[in-house]
Amino acid sequence: MVILLKILNLAVTLTAAPLLLGIIIRVKAWFAGRTGQPLLQPYYDIWKLLRKGTVYSVSTSWVFRAGPLVSLAVTLTAALLLPMGGLPAVFAFDGDFLVFVYLLGLLRFFMIVSALDTGSSFEGMGSSREAAFSALCEPALLIGLAAVAKITGHASLTPMAASLQPALWTAAGPAFVLVGFALVIVFLSENCRIPVDDPTTHLELTMIHEAMVLDHGGLDLGMLQYAAALKMWLLGLVLVGVVVPIHSGFLCLDTAAALLCMGLLAVVTGIVESSMARIRLLRIPPLLIGAAALSVLALVLVYR
Amino acid sequence: MSLFIGGFAIIFIGGLASLFCGRRGGLASLCGVLGTAAGSIAAIIPAFKVLFSGAAESVQIAWAVPFGSFCLRLDPLSAFFLIPILGLSSIAAVYGVEYLSSYQSRKNLGVPWFFYALLLVGMMLVVAAGNGLLFLIAWEIMSVASFFLVSFEYEKPAVRQAGLSYLIAMHIGTAFLILFFILLSSGTGSLDFDKIPMFPAAKANLLFLLAVVGFGTKAGFMPLHVWLPHAHPAAPSHVSAVMSGVMIKTGIYGLVRAAMLLGTPPAWWGWLLIMIGAVSGILGVLFALAQHDLKRLLAYHSVENIGIITIGLGVGLLGVHLHSPILAVLGFAGGLFHVLNHAVFKGLLFLCAGSVLHSSGTGCLDKLGGLIKRMPWTASAFLVGAAAISGLPPLNGFASEFLLYLGVFKNNGGDGLEMLVLALIVIGSLALIGGLALACFTKAFGIVFLGHPRSGAAQESHEAGVLMKLSMAVLACLCVLLGLLSPWVVRSAAYVIAAIAPLPMGQIEAELGCASSVLLGFVFVSLVFAIVLFGLTAVRCRLLKSRCVRQSVTWDCGYARPDSRMQYTATSFAQPITALFNVFLQTRKKFLPPEGLFPVRSSFETETPDLGERYLYLPLYRWICALFGKLQWLQHGRVQIYIFYIALTLWLLLMWKLM
Repeated sequence: MVILLKILNLAVTLTAAPLLLGIIIRVKAWFAGRTGQPLLQPYYDIWKLLRKGTVYSVSTSWVFRAGPLVSLAVTLTAALLLPMGGLPAVFAFDGDFLVFVYLLGLLRFFMIVSALDTGSSFEGMGSSREAAFSALCEPALLIGLAAVAKITGHASLTPMAASLQPALWTAAGPAFVLVGFALVIVFLSENCRIPVDDPTTHLELTMIHEAMVLDHGGLDLGMLQYAAALKMWLLGLVLVGVVVPIHSGFLCLDTAAALLCMGLLAVVTGIVESSMARIRLLRIPPLLIGAAALSVLALVLVYR
Repeated sequence: MSLFIGGFAIIFIGGLASLFCGRRGGLASLCGVLGTAAGSIAAIIPAFKVLFSGAAESVQIAWAVPFGSFCLRLDPLSAFFLIPILGLSSIAAVYGVEYLSSYQSRKNLGVPWFFYALLLVGMMLVVAAGNGLLFLIAWEIMSVASFFLVSFEYEKPAVRQAGLSYLIAMHIGTAFLILFFILLSSGTGSLDFDKIPMFPAAKANLLFLLAVVGFGTKAGFMPLHVWLPHAHPAAPSHVSAVMSGVMIKTGIYGLVRAAMLLGTPPAWWGWLLIMIGAVSGILGVLFALAQHDLKRLLAYHSVENIGIITIGLGVGLLGVHLHSPILAVLGFAGGLFHVLNHAVFKGLLFLCAGSVLHSSGTGCLDKLGGLIKRMPWTASAFLVGAAAISGLPPLNGFASEFLLYLGVFKNNGGDGLEMLVLALIVIGSLALIGGLALACFTKAFGIVFLGHPRSGAAQESHEAGVLMKLSMAVLACLCVLLGLLSPWVVRSAAYVIAAIAPLPMGQIEAELGCASSVLLGFVFVSLVFAIVLFGLTAVRCRLLKSRCVRQSVTWDCGYARPDSRMQYTATSFAQPITALFNVFLQTRKKFLPPEGLFPVRSSFETETPDLGERYLYLPLYRWICALFGKLQWLQHGRVQIYIFYIALTLWLLLMWKLM
């Protein structure tokens, strides 16, 4: 039975991930007064790309070809570590969120080196910024998780999420709010959303993620886009899992609540993207350091 | 123990033999490498035996020196440090045969091999010494031998400078150690480690501070690290690998040994080490980011990794003080495991850097590029090392950092404030170090090996020879293996931790068993990752077989003639981070902007001088210089007066004796 639930968790993650992107795009379209593309457009895009061949630059080596493979393998593996509402993670052990965070580090490492492999200065610029900003995200994410680990008394995501009863929220509400804000900033930054990056362009001003994948095409780009969608889903799950205290004990209810929260997160992301502009590059480090400060504050409140 | 002494003798005789056949370079290399490898194999057997059985072995040899006794002792702690020392030294020696062969026509190769053997012998003696005086002598042998190795290319002024700064820094450190041992013996008059009495708190504190400064200079704690970024680039690469991989760890060994001798640690010892570790770790990686030279960059990363190890030791000591077994065990286990891991991946990275230097003749990042096409083996090995040092799963660097995190996450000893500060410093600094190290090593790998060659030197590079490739491949495999076998490697540290921390063996084994089962989870995830990656690769291969795969140029924005100078450079890659942390780095910029309608020349230079050098060592040396300047009135250059000084001294000594 437990195994079935774990498989269900994995199946939902693998199928629903691009939907998040679809919702964000629809929300942005709604704000702009347009009908917008179909909700399933990200699926169509990925499917179209996956059926194509590829083009490789003559400057590239095997590292460039390995980039999309490692990215997808990392996100698929990381999906095994996260619980979803009432559905437990496939693997759960103490410190599994550390493995999760560092697996995302491996993804970033290969994205950066495969971008540098092209020898293009666009991709150099994108990867340089990606390296800098995500280095600042990491303390915010880990200290925030440390605060939640301390509140719940568990060092593994599945029991951590399962023990998040509403009573805990009343006891340590402010800490949860702070961690929630910090993780939202990390979520937006790591997934290259406004206000950190603009996913709809690769113009020089916003050259981060889109600039890094400029030379990937066809099948490889499809894999990268699916990996990016998965990454967004997974980081969303972390946020929902450690902050949202809906755990009634009924499996369907809990899982539905988690999925609903994921949808809500996508809507919020869409609203943020529609209502504010991307901030200047020089302002991004203060924003991320601010996120780390929120996490630190949460930790202080927890140990107070 | 006889095997250990036998191995010791074989290495020394090998070194002597290569000194005698020095002019015939090939023979000298053969003697050197055979002696090192055979001796290491002999000596590593008792080390493993002691590590797994926990029973110390010792031997006493008659030696008529005041305070001294020739007491060699292999306890689990010595054995633990001995294994990477012997292992990495033999692998680096194999590499060295080919690396040094290009100097054969110009230099006497017997000399570096002799000092290499002497360095190894010195390190063996340092970790096995059971007496303070013997320890100091071994320490000095090690320092002097490595000084001669650093100055191998003494005809270059920069190398001479590096050698001298190394020698001076080492002796400043040793001065503190001499003081440390004198104070240590002042109670009983014996320097045997097993006869050291318990000290009152004030004296133990003083001794601990002396040990931190003395051993910290060797280990490379920030701001005492100034010799590292000079000495490592100057030395031949296999020597840099040994120096950075294991020699600086003797400083860590000394610190652990000192902490053991001084008894129960008060809280501030732990806090001091954690602070030193965090500062060294973060500043080390920041300075590494600002470097332009590959080996200098790696040298700063040694400072960073020593920082991580020191955080581990500090967490362990604090755990002992707070009576929190999980903190103590996981702190020490993480720190010690990182000693082993750092030896492997830093050795690997220095060997790869050596191959780059060997084939292209430059270590300057902004002159390299695209080497992966010409040096696929070296590039792949460097990639493994880079991922390992950035602490990424499934490699070994992650496993040791994971233990440190876990200890802090699961700790429940101490009051709220202590737990808070501990969690903030350790988690915050490890996370930041991890992110910055990733940025630094994507920079190093990306700029050196990927893209287009940035200069003619990079264009003409060639792959390393068989022996060099072999030693790099062995170390790269070890990075993977130590990661995948981490649950079992960690368990083997039980006796070492029992020697350091005053905890019952059962408790240590229970905590380590817990850590090991958690690491097993990590290994499972790694294996799944490997299988998924393999599956995806196969699927893509199949899919692409029947589809159109084309080659084209990198997208150039429609500009028809991009050239390799338009690529991102190492400096520009690191700029967002170095600009953010400029408070610490204080990078100097020299910018000659293009002028006029048809600008002909413009240039941009950055230089990041070392913080410790500028604010600690230079003022100190200036002060010493000024002090001695005041004594110049003694110096006339007249022989008669000097003879008078001698006579005066003799007379004073005579009077003192007669009284």
